[in-house]
Amino acid sequence: MERQTLAGLARDLRSRAVSSRELTTAALERIARLDPALNAFITVTPEQALAAADAADARLARGEGGLLTGVPFAHKDIFCTRGVLTTCASKMLANFVAPYDAAVVERLAAAGLVTVGKTNMDEFAMGSSNETSFYGAVKNPWDVARSPGGSSGGSAAAVASGMVPAATGTDTGGSIRQPAALAGITGVKPTYGRVSRYGMIAFASSLDQAGVLTLTAEDAALLLEAMAGFDPRDSTSADVPVPRYTESLGGSLRGKTIGVPPEFFDAGLDAECGARVREALAVFESLGAKIVEVSLPHLALSVPTYYIVAPAEASSNLARFDGVRFGHRSTAAGSLEEMYKRSRQEGFGAEVRRRIMTGTYVLSAGYYDAYYLKAQQARQLIAEDFRKAFATVDLIAGPTSPTAAFRLGEKTADPVQMYLNDIYTIGVNLAGLPGASVPCGFAAGLPVGLQLIGPAFGEAALLNFAHQYQQATDWHTRTPPPPPVVGAASAAPPRQDTGARP
Amino acid sequence: MTWEPVIGLEIHAQLATKSKIFSGAATAYGAAPNTQACLVDLGYPGVLPVLNAEAVRLAVKFGLAVAAKVAHRSVFARKNYFYPDLPKGYQISQYELPVVAGGTLEITLEDGTRKVVRITRAHLEEDAGKSLHESFHGLSGIDLNRAGTPLLEIVSEPDLRSAKEAAAYMRAMHQLVSEYLGICDGNLQEGSFRCDANVSVRRAGTDKLGTRAEIKNLNSFRFLERAILFEIDRQVELLEDGGKVVQETRLYDPDKDETRSMRSKEEANDYRYFPDPDLLPLEISAEFIESVRGTLPELPAQKAARFASQYGLPAADVGLLTQGVAAADWFEQAVAAAGGDAKSVANWVTGNVFALLNRDGKAIGESPVTPDGLGALLRRIADGTISGKIAKDVFEAMWAGEGGADEIIAKKGLRQITDTGAIEAAIDAVIAANPGQVAEYRGGKDKLLGFFVGQVMKATGGKANPGQLNELLKKKLAG
Repeated sequence: MERQTLAGLARDLRSRAVSSRELTTAALERIARLDPALNAFITVTPEQALAAADAADARLARGEGGLLTGVPFAHKDIFCTRGVLTTCASKMLANFVAPYDAAVVERLAAAGLVTVGKTNMDEFAMGSSNETSFYGAVKNPWDVARSPGGSSGGSAAAVASGMVPAATGTDTGGSIRQPAALAGITGVKPTYGRVSRYGMIAFASSLDQAGVLTLTAEDAALLLEAMAGFDPRDSTSADVPVPRYTESLGGSLRGKTIGVPPEFFDAGLDAECGARVREALAVFESLGAKIVEVSLPHLALSVPTYYIVAPAEASSNLARFDGVRFGHRSTAAGSLEEMYKRSRQEGFGAEVRRRIMTGTYVLSAGYYDAYYLKAQQARQLIAEDFRKAFATVDLIAGPTSPTAAFRLGEKTADPVQMYLNDIYTIGVNLAGLPGASVPCGFAAGLPVGLQLIGPAFGEAALLNFAHQYQQATDWHTRTPPPPPVVGAASAAPPRQDTGARP
Repeated sequence: MTWEPVIGLEIHAQLATKSKIFSGAATAYGAAPNTQACLVDLGYPGVLPVLNAEAVRLAVKFGLAVAAKVAHRSVFARKNYFYPDLPKGYQISQYELPVVAGGTLEITLEDGTRKVVRITRAHLEEDAGKSLHESFHGLSGIDLNRAGTPLLEIVSEPDLRSAKEAAAYMRAMHQLVSEYLGICDGNLQEGSFRCDANVSVRRAGTDKLGTRAEIKNLNSFRFLERAILFEIDRQVELLEDGGKVVQETRLYDPDKDETRSMRSKEEANDYRYFPDPDLLPLEISAEFIESVRGTLPELPAQKAARFASQYGLPAADVGLLTQGVAAADWFEQAVAAAGGDAKSVANWVTGNVFALLNRDGKAIGESPVTPDGLGALLRRIADGTISGKIAKDVFEAMWAGEGGADEIIAKKGLRQITDTGAIEAAIDAVIAANPGQVAEYRGGKDKLLGFFVGQVMKATGGKANPGQLNELLKKKLAG
């Protein structure tokens, strides 16, 4: 099954070996063929995509195109896209046509990318398996009985299956890195504040960060150069210059130090996954890097800390979905209070409601100090652990996820089991650091992800490490088997966006 | 048994910024519903707040004006509750770390004494929208034009001891923010300046605070005073009957002149305040604070002190004249135009000018008589052209737009008669016409002098110079 990198396609477009219309048409055809089996897309926008492709071709013909002009692309359905359905995979927003573009959408459009549609995800990005989507679970291209991870599962499946060369994701507790690991692709979550959150529907504001799912670190570098940077519309976006990430990819790792925390190799880590990660560390050693042990003693606090902080913020962030101005409004309500209750009961799925209730509880009078305040203190300790570690190492490495892709339905009955999936990724969000996952082999035929963590605003070094690893290995080039093609009669294709309210 | 009321006010002053506190939408009043609400104000998915620097500057200006501590670091927090005119389901406010802490405001009471009221804090927050329950046939409308308008909530200590003191404090704060500092347009009708009153009573001579009731949303000085008076009576009556005041929120109904329970403490929301993760802590540098300090005008207390020393005015006059910048400026200009005698100018301003302004419902800036006009009039008294009594008539004519002082004096022939011969002639005529009274006066009934003065004044159309008249009359009557 052919997959092509973003960098390769961009080169072909600039040399006019291929047109954007050809690539976009091919992407749309591939989506139409594969998506009935994978369910990676919530909305496909062929008309807008082809119009954008033609405009890109015209620019390229005039010699005006940028580095990424004309490459087909997909956005996670958490980013607002003007005039296009933006659902956050929730019934609550099943009728929501965003009136504006998110900063990320604007910047990538300005860089010339052609958006073909919006990818499936866990509802409001709350989940680690993509099973909480109102639009149904996404299937892992490596095994359609398994989860591609979440919450950016649609983007991961779309990229892994070659529908699009790259897609955006968001990562609040591992939602880019874990699906990248489970789908055998590259995922990069930048430093908190590196990419504007404007227009990205908030889950947990202090943790949410936009990033990318790609086939290679080089592709991620290309996209981040276009996406990153200060945005006055997001007060938490950092006014820090954006380096040319692509220019530092080739740097040698000789003499660099990689810290490996023993806390990442706990009893919960699948033995085979652990073995692949250790093999990957050996590759770095062969590239001249030094492997040392670093300790992150408070990492064990990260899951409980996260499941206080994130729900607390979510409970407030999601209060705006009240049925008053947009989104789902219950028709069965006889009073204002009933309208709120019914609209939210009907509009939100079980996991979202669970987190809203958890968050409401931990912020309540009498519980705030014991939960929210305590969690903030724990968060400081976790961040401090990382700061101390980065005083002595250039990079921290470990597994992305305790196991390879799990079966759909395997963990849905036990939220805590599901939450523990993110045990290695969550600390990075709590500390606001950049992290990546790159493919590092297979466990029982399923991809395993290697997690790389950099210091704040250390994306250049992070991408350099990832790229050097990918120059020395070919795991990132392994493609999943073609998924079973599901006939149009047996599964509904993704709905085409007509702009009309369903 | 006497009771002492204990009152503290929370004043919401809308800050006079052009755009909202967290969005670029305009704040102008009176636009068609929902035309001044952008996606941020509407709480759309994905939008984020960005703090308006001007709102911060105005808050700092306030803090400096009341000699408070301006926090170098303050934090915006979310106050969570559901209401249709609260688009995000939370209000962005400040909770544990407000931008302004402490401070005082001096107020003048009716008897001219001054009292220092302590300010607990002032914090920045956004206003909510407005629910419209009329004319929607059983439905409610929501106007979000006001949503996101910057407010400074100014919380006082419970230092006020009567409804009158509370009203005086509200007035003084109103004048400070609107007239002195210009950080608020002060428009009470439009809700730019409104007030919640916390009222409790305790037995006189005790220190422990009683249970308080909070009266919400008072938007006039009179309503504030009436509401507090009612509330004090209600609480005292309740306690004297052996009852208990419950902590609750009440609303004042101006039509019935009473407060009514809105919700009890048990029904109160748990607002689940927490720091807003969309906004970084607000950091204000010492340099910025100093630059704002440089823009402060003369403040009420400074002006009062200067008026007392520079013009030698009594406290009551100073209080009345320094309540507003416009009145104070008006007075000072009139003093200059009159060429001195500040006390007499003060009498005229606090007496005649204020009375007619009051009668006509005008602000000082709308006075038909200018400070220069009043000055010219007072000069005519000083130089003996007219008497003080005639001056009042001239002033009324000036007020009515009949012209300047000299013009009116000339046109109406009001020039004072200082010609001794003319006055003597009038006196002679009066003496001749009233032989009985002359005899009585000469028989020792001194009080009749007033009668003769009146008669002569009547005969001269009030224009006889009163000093000369008195002197000549006494001489003539003495025979």
